[in-house]
Amino acid sequence: MPNDHRPKLGSTIAIQKPVFNTLLARLREAGYQTIGPCIKNDTLVYDSIESINELPYGYISEQNAGHFRLIQAGHKNYFDVIPGAQSWKQFLFPPRVDLFALRKNDKGWETITPPLDAPAYAFIGVRACELAAIQIQDRIFMRDDFNDPIYRNRRKRAFILSVDCSNPAGTCFCVSMGTGPRVKGGFDLNLTELDDVFLLTIGSELALGLVSDLPFEDASAFMLSTAERIMDNAAKKMGRSLDISDLPELILKNLDDPYWQEIGSRCLSCANCTQVCPTCFCWDALDHMSLNGLETSRERVWDSCFNPGYSYQAGGNTRPTISSRYRQWLSHKLGTWEQQNGTLGCVGCGRCITWCPAEIDLTKEISILRKEASK
Amino acid sequence: MSNPKPTVAVYKFSSCDGCQLSILNMEDDLLDLAEAIDIAFFLEATRAERPGPYDIAIVEGSVTTPHEIERIKEVRRQAKILIALGTCATAGGIQALRNFANADEYAKVVYAHPEYLHYLKTATPIAEHVKVDLELWGCPVNKEQVLEVITALLNNRKPSLPAYSVCLECKRRGTICVLVDKGFQCLGPATQAGCGAICPVNGRGCYGCFGPVREANLDSLSPILQKLEPYPGATARLFRGISGYAPSFRKTADALLSAHKETK
Repeated sequence: MPNDHRPKLGSTIAIQKPVFNTLLARLREAGYQTIGPCIKNDTLVYDSIESINELPYGYISEQNAGHFRLIQAGHKNYFDVIPGAQSWKQFLFPPRVDLFALRKNDKGWETITPPLDAPAYAFIGVRACELAAIQIQDRIFMRDDFNDPIYRNRRKRAFILSVDCSNPAGTCFCVSMGTGPRVKGGFDLNLTELDDVFLLTIGSELALGLVSDLPFEDASAFMLSTAERIMDNAAKKMGRSLDISDLPELILKNLDDPYWQEIGSRCLSCANCTQVCPTCFCWDALDHMSLNGLETSRERVWDSCFNPGYSYQAGGNTRPTISSRYRQWLSHKLGTWEQQNGTLGCVGCGRCITWCPAEIDLTKEISILRKEASK
Repeated sequence: MSNPKPTVAVYKFSSCDGCQLSILNMEDDLLDLAEAIDIAFFLEATRAERPGPYDIAIVEGSVTTPHEIERIKEVRRQAKILIALGTCATAGGIQALRNFANADEYAKVVYAHPEYLHYLKTATPIAEHVKVDLELWGCPVNKEQVLEVITALLNNRKPSLPAYSVCLECKRRGTICVLVDKGFQCLGPATQAGCGAICPVNGRGCYGCFGPVREANLDSLSPILQKLEPYPGATARLFRGISGYAPSFRKTADALLSAHKETK
């Protein structure tokens, strides 16, 4: 490709799709583990990928309440699959992680802290909503007054290659939450997929170094306007919408509405919504003790406010019913979260809707609650 | 425990021995276990036996014969702590299917001379006969849970056993929901965790062998599973499986079956 100059920070370049393999190779040479969407055991997961051929080329995901199917649609795009149950959360805030171990010796208890030895991750294909979710978890785990060393270590070293969404799924509502479908910032590289090329917007010096000697051309005005058109179309294709104009007040002023009981009668309290949610961050600490009592280790695991044990305190459970636990979750996610962290806790990815076996749909529940409350 | 090395007796009632084998399968921990406890009676492991009383009795199997009714009372008398091991001991097990049928008919079909058999019309969990101090579910039990309970008893603390559903274990393992992703019937949302989500991890639905989770919302789950039935009546069969005699699963299966009859 004819170019006699190097790309600049903030600029958008176009590369031929096969060149993406060189970029992946560069990232790996630079010490990154490249993680992206791929198909394992006939389903969509985020796992290690080394080549563009491992991406779900030609696939789409069909999503609705309680329904997910991966479908080979025969198109010619690599990034048209809206993500499944997994999110980047599992790499930054791992579902299980050892915190420390204690061993008794002659002098007393010796503390063994495991090393922070997670690989440096390069996340390939982070959606706008997912990037917003990572930024929300940053506020939880990397506060000025408290920061989680495990999260921080992984997050600070992560390389983010984000992707503009061109083909939203049936449960998507990022437009309502103001998070997508276009990626706005916080990336190293942002990719927009056109028919023939990938557009790459360079968001960091690190990324600039990685792409500077790739064969590229400057994105033409035609390419940029095509990307604009794709984004405008995507924004119109949201499967769901959520009116947040009266949130969090709507929820916080109607905590005693009987409608919560109605939702509670359908909710399985299985915790799926919280586990697939890219912002939910509840955890539990489990102690594992040796038979002789001389060694013990503490592990952090994902937990959920839907787990009855989560709100169990001396004397009993403060949220003893399923409806009280559902209300806790939603009134936090779309209510008190704002007061605590400055934003709502929802990014509009739709995972909690897709992965709820009982098809509970928070966009629907909120609009019904609004009607019930106005009666 | 008062004694630094508690005596333990392991008993078999009506069962397949799989849960006892789970204890013997703890290869990595067996030597430590033998150091920490005094195995006084465990016929699956050794013919050496010492008389009771024992600090801990671990009981596998359900009560299915008149003799077993007497025997479990004696076990209880001999034990300070009685642990029901596995779903036969906690819910009757697969042999509790006889509770929903005519045991005499079964006996006639299977045995040439059923008159020699001394059996009860029902297979029932240990707790229906004597006081049980702790139940460990599973078909078979998870050996990690067995070890956790023994470790907790040795160290005078409450065992850490999950009170949530299998779904949480699936998610912690990165397993994608087979109910939503594949449309498989799965009892995971209503089943106690503890197995490590073995079945969904291997691409099939949970069949509830760890028994119903407390507060399982079966009124909601039942119609969800009915929509995914591979054949009519599959949901009732799923609830009436290995943990079918557990009260909440039993009630749900009964309701489904009587609704099925009415529509006929």
